[in-house]
Amino acid sequence: MLRIDRATYDAIVAHAREDHPDEACGVVAGPEGSDRPERFIPMLNAARSPTFYEFDSGDLLRLYRDMDARDEVPVVVYHSHTATEARPSRTDISYASEPEAHYVLVSTREHGTRTGLAGDTVEFRSFRIVDGEVSEEDVEVVESYLFGHSPTTVVYD
Amino acid sequence: MAIEVRIPTILRTHTGGNKTVEGSGATLGALVDDIDSQHPGIKNRLVTDEGKLHRFVNVYVNDEDVRFTGALNTAVKDGDSVTILPAVAGGC
Repeated sequence: MLRIDRATYDAIVAHAREDHPDEACGVVAGPEGSDRPERFIPMLNAARSPTFYEFDSGDLLRLYRDMDARDEVPVVVYHSHTATEARPSRTDISYASEPEAHYVLVSTREHGTRTGLAGDTVEFRSFRIVDGEVSEEDVEVVESYLFGHSPTTVVYD
Repeated sequence: MAIEVRIPTILRTHTGGNKTVEGSGATLGALVDDIDSQHPGIKNRLVTDEGKLHRFVNVYVNDEDVRFTGALNTAVKDGDSVTILPAVAGGC
Protein backbone atom coordinates (compact mmCIF):
# COMPACT_ATOMS: atom_id res chain seq x y z
CA MET A 1 0.00 0.00 0.00
CA LEU A 2 1.09 3.54 -0.73
CA ARG A 3 0.54 5.96 2.13
CA ILE A 4 0.93 9.54 1.04
CA ASP A 5 0.09 12.88 2.60
CA ARG A 6 -2.50 15.18 1.08
CA ALA A 7 -0.06 17.96 0.20
CA THR A 8 2.20 15.64 -1.79
CA TYR A 9 -0.77 13.98 -3.49
CA ASP A 10 -2.09 17.40 -4.49
CA ALA A 11 1.35 18.48 -5.73
CA ILE A 12 1.60 15.45 -8.03
CA VAL A 13 -1.89 16.09 -9.41
CA ALA A 14 -1.10 19.80 -9.87
CA HIS A 15 2.08 18.95 -11.77
CA ALA A 16 0.15 16.60 -14.08
CA ARG A 17 -2.44 19.33 -14.72
CA GLU A 18 0.22 21.93 -15.35
CA ASP A 19 2.12 19.90 -17.95
CA HIS A 20 -0.98 18.48 -19.66
CA PRO A 21 -1.10 17.55 -22.56
CA ASP A 22 2.57 16.60 -22.16
CA GLU A 23 3.44 13.89 -19.67
CA ALA A 24 4.64 15.14 -16.28
CA CYS A 25 7.13 13.16 -14.19
CA GLY A 26 8.97 13.26 -10.91
CA VAL A 27 9.98 11.57 -7.71
CA VAL A 28 9.02 11.72 -4.05
CA ALA A 29 12.10 10.84 -2.04
CA GLY A 30 12.15 9.47 1.47
CA PRO A 31 14.61 8.05 3.99
CA GLU A 32 16.02 4.69 2.95
CA GLY A 33 13.97 1.86 4.44
CA SER A 34 11.18 4.15 5.66
CA ASP A 35 8.73 3.76 2.75
CA ARG A 36 7.67 7.35 3.53
CA PRO A 37 7.35 9.67 0.54
CA GLU A 38 8.50 12.97 2.05
CA ARG A 39 10.33 15.18 -0.41
CA PHE A 40 8.45 16.10 -3.57
CA ILE A 41 10.80 16.58 -6.53
CA PRO A 42 9.09 17.47 -9.81
CA MET A 43 11.36 16.68 -12.75
CA LEU A 44 11.52 18.10 -16.24
CA ASN A 45 10.24 15.76 -18.93
CA ALA A 46 13.22 16.00 -21.27
CA ALA A 47 11.10 14.41 -24.02
CA ARG A 48 8.41 17.14 -23.66
CA SER A 49 5.99 14.73 -25.21
CA PRO A 50 2.35 13.70 -24.76
CA THR A 51 3.35 10.04 -25.21
CA PHE A 52 6.77 9.71 -23.58
CA TYR A 53 8.65 10.92 -20.55
CA GLU A 54 12.30 10.83 -19.70
CA PHE A 55 14.45 12.42 -17.00
CA ASP A 56 17.32 14.39 -18.51
CA SER A 57 20.52 12.43 -17.92
CA GLY A 58 22.26 15.30 -16.10
CA ASP A 59 19.19 15.89 -13.93
CA LEU A 60 19.09 12.17 -13.15
CA LEU A 61 22.70 12.17 -11.94
CA ARG A 62 22.13 15.25 -9.75
CA LEU A 63 18.92 13.77 -8.35
CA TYR A 64 20.58 10.51 -7.32
CA ARG A 65 23.68 12.27 -5.92
CA ASP A 66 21.41 14.48 -3.85
CA MET A 67 19.34 11.55 -2.59
CA ASP A 68 22.51 9.57 -1.78
CA ALA A 69 23.87 12.49 0.23
CA ARG A 70 20.65 12.57 2.26
CA ASP A 71 20.38 8.76 2.60
CA GLU A 72 17.18 8.87 0.60
CA VAL A 73 15.67 6.62 -2.02
CA PRO A 74 12.96 7.30 -4.60
CA VAL A 75 9.92 6.11 -2.62
CA VAL A 76 7.53 7.25 -5.35
CA VAL A 77 8.28 7.55 -9.08
CA TYR A 78 5.34 9.27 -10.75
CA HIS A 79 4.31 10.25 -14.25
CA SER A 80 1.14 11.16 -16.04
CA HIS A 81 -0.69 9.68 -18.96
CA THR A 82 -2.54 12.41 -20.78
CA ALA A 83 -4.66 10.38 -23.20
CA THR A 84 -4.76 6.90 -21.70
CA GLU A 85 -5.66 5.29 -18.39
CA ALA A 86 -3.52 5.43 -15.27
CA ARG A 87 -1.87 2.03 -15.74
CA PRO A 88 1.76 1.25 -16.55
CA SER A 89 2.26 0.80 -20.29
CA ARG A 90 4.55 -1.77 -21.82
CA THR A 91 7.20 0.92 -22.17
CA ASP A 92 6.77 1.93 -18.53
CA ILE A 93 7.25 -1.68 -17.45
CA SER A 94 10.33 -2.19 -19.60
CA TYR A 95 12.02 0.85 -18.04
CA ALA A 96 10.91 0.26 -14.45
CA SER A 97 14.00 -0.48 -12.40
CA GLU A 98 13.27 0.50 -8.82
CA PRO A 99 11.73 -2.64 -7.31
CA GLU A 100 11.22 -0.88 -3.98
CA ALA A 101 9.43 2.13 -5.45
CA HIS A 102 5.74 2.88 -5.74
CA TYR A 103 5.07 3.69 -9.38
CA VAL A 104 2.32 6.30 -9.37
CA LEU A 105 0.35 6.85 -12.56
CA VAL A 106 -1.86 9.88 -12.91
CA SER A 107 -4.21 10.23 -15.85
CA THR A 108 -5.51 13.52 -17.16
CA ARG A 109 -7.21 11.87 -20.14
CA GLU A 110 -10.55 13.53 -19.35
CA HIS A 111 -9.02 16.96 -19.81
CA GLY A 112 -8.85 17.25 -23.59
CA THR A 113 -6.87 20.26 -24.72
CA ARG A 114 -7.64 22.27 -21.60
CA THR A 115 -7.18 21.40 -17.99
CA GLY A 116 -8.52 22.87 -14.77
CA LEU A 117 -12.16 22.92 -15.87
CA ALA A 118 -14.86 21.96 -13.41
CA GLY A 119 -15.36 18.23 -13.19
CA ASP A 120 -12.18 17.15 -14.97
CA THR A 121 -11.22 14.27 -12.78
CA VAL A 122 -7.71 12.98 -12.33
CA GLU A 123 -7.08 9.28 -11.83
CA PHE A 124 -4.35 8.49 -9.29
CA ARG A 125 -3.18 4.90 -8.98
CA SER A 126 -0.12 3.16 -7.60
CA PHE A 127 1.72 0.05 -8.70
CA ARG A 128 4.69 -2.10 -7.86
CA ILE A 129 6.75 -3.20 -10.84
CA VAL A 130 9.19 -6.00 -10.04
CA ASP A 131 10.95 -8.03 -12.73
CA GLY A 132 8.37 -6.93 -15.28
CA GLU A 133 5.45 -8.00 -13.05
CA VAL A 134 2.92 -5.29 -12.26
CA SER A 135 0.69 -5.31 -9.20
CA GLU A 136 -1.67 -2.53 -8.27
CA GLU A 137 -1.83 -1.44 -4.64
CA ASP A 138 -4.16 0.67 -2.53
CA VAL A 139 -3.46 4.35 -2.02
CA GLU A 140 -4.16 5.87 1.36
CA VAL A 141 -4.10 9.65 1.53
CA VAL A 142 -3.46 10.93 5.03
CA GLU A 143 -4.45 14.50 5.78
CA SER A 144 -1.39 15.49 7.71
CA TYR A 145 1.76 13.52 7.84
CA LEU A 146 4.29 14.63 10.40
CA PHE A 147 7.43 14.30 8.40
CA GLY A 148 10.59 12.97 9.87
CA HIS A 149 12.03 16.04 11.53
CA SER A 150 12.10 14.16 14.79
CA PRO A 151 11.53 10.57 13.76
CA THR A 152 12.16 9.09 17.17
CA THR A 153 9.15 10.88 18.59
CA VAL A 154 6.72 10.36 15.73
CA VAL A 155 4.66 7.19 15.69
CA TYR A 156 2.95 6.49 12.41
CA ASP A 157 1.03 3.32 13.14
CA MET B 1 44.18 3.30 -6.51
CA ALA B 2 41.32 1.93 -8.50
CA ILE B 3 38.18 3.12 -10.20
CA GLU B 4 35.13 3.28 -8.00
CA VAL B 5 31.85 2.20 -9.58
CA ARG B 6 28.52 3.10 -7.98
CA ILE B 7 25.94 0.37 -8.44
CA PRO B 8 22.19 1.09 -8.55
CA THR B 9 19.76 -0.87 -6.36
CA ILE B 10 18.57 -3.04 -9.21
CA LEU B 11 22.08 -4.39 -9.90
CA ARG B 12 23.13 -4.95 -6.30
CA THR B 13 21.99 -8.56 -6.51
CA HIS B 14 25.21 -9.03 -8.49
CA THR B 15 27.43 -7.29 -5.92
CA GLY B 16 26.24 -8.94 -2.73
CA GLY B 17 24.26 -5.81 -1.89
CA ASN B 18 27.25 -3.48 -2.14
CA LYS B 19 26.59 0.06 -3.34
CA THR B 20 30.07 0.49 -4.75
CA VAL B 21 32.65 -1.84 -6.25
CA GLU B 22 36.14 -1.23 -7.55
CA GLY B 23 37.81 -2.24 -10.76
CA SER B 24 40.41 -1.27 -13.29
CA GLY B 25 40.80 -0.79 -17.02
CA ALA B 26 41.86 1.80 -19.55
CA THR B 27 38.41 2.16 -21.06
CA LEU B 28 34.90 1.85 -19.73
CA GLY B 29 34.52 -1.39 -21.70
CA ALA B 30 37.63 -2.90 -20.07
CA LEU B 31 36.41 -1.72 -16.66
CA VAL B 32 33.04 -3.41 -17.21
CA ASP B 33 34.84 -6.65 -18.17
CA ASP B 34 36.92 -6.45 -14.99
CA ILE B 35 33.85 -5.78 -12.82
CA ASP B 36 32.04 -8.65 -14.52
CA SER B 37 34.90 -11.04 -13.71
CA GLN B 38 34.41 -10.19 -10.02
CA HIS B 39 30.62 -9.96 -10.16
CA PRO B 40 29.44 -12.29 -12.91
CA GLY B 41 26.32 -11.26 -14.77
CA ILE B 42 26.65 -7.53 -14.36
CA LYS B 43 27.98 -6.95 -17.89
CA ASN B 44 24.89 -8.57 -19.33
CA ARG B 45 22.76 -5.97 -17.59
CA LEU B 46 24.79 -3.09 -19.04
CA VAL B 47 25.88 -4.18 -22.49
CA THR B 48 23.79 -5.64 -25.32
CA ASP B 49 24.73 -8.70 -27.39
CA GLU B 50 25.88 -6.25 -30.06
CA GLY B 51 28.35 -4.75 -27.58
CA LYS B 52 26.52 -1.47 -27.01
CA LEU B 53 25.30 0.06 -23.76
CA HIS B 54 21.65 -0.76 -23.02
CA ARG B 55 19.36 2.21 -23.51
CA PHE B 56 17.84 1.48 -20.09
CA VAL B 57 21.00 2.48 -18.26
CA ASN B 58 22.95 5.69 -18.00
CA VAL B 59 26.65 5.50 -17.22
CA TYR B 60 28.67 8.50 -16.10
CA VAL B 61 32.42 8.91 -15.79
CA ASN B 62 32.79 11.55 -13.11
CA ASP B 63 30.02 13.94 -14.22
CA GLU B 64 29.90 13.09 -17.91
CA ASP B 65 27.27 10.86 -19.49
CA VAL B 66 29.38 8.46 -21.57
CA ARG B 67 26.90 8.68 -24.45
CA PHE B 68 28.64 11.94 -25.25
CA THR B 69 32.21 10.78 -24.64
CA GLY B 70 32.54 7.58 -26.66
CA ALA B 71 30.32 5.14 -24.75
CA LEU B 72 32.27 1.96 -23.90
CA ASN B 73 35.39 3.43 -25.54
CA THR B 74 35.47 6.28 -23.02
CA ALA B 75 38.92 6.46 -21.40
CA VAL B 76 39.03 5.92 -17.64
CA LYS B 77 41.86 6.08 -15.14
CA ASP B 78 42.61 5.41 -11.50
CA GLY B 79 40.76 7.81 -9.25
CA ASP B 80 37.83 8.25 -11.63
CA SER B 81 34.37 7.67 -10.31
CA VAL B 82 31.87 5.79 -12.46
CA THR B 83 28.15 5.96 -11.71
CA ILE B 84 25.56 3.61 -13.18
CA LEU B 85 21.93 4.69 -13.01
CA PRO B 86 18.82 3.18 -14.53
CA ALA B 87 17.14 5.58 -16.93
CA VAL B 88 13.84 6.90 -15.60
CA ALA B 89 11.54 6.96 -18.58
CA GLY B 90 8.37 5.53 -20.02
CA GLY B 91 5.36 6.43 -22.03
CA CYS B 92 1.77 5.60 -22.70
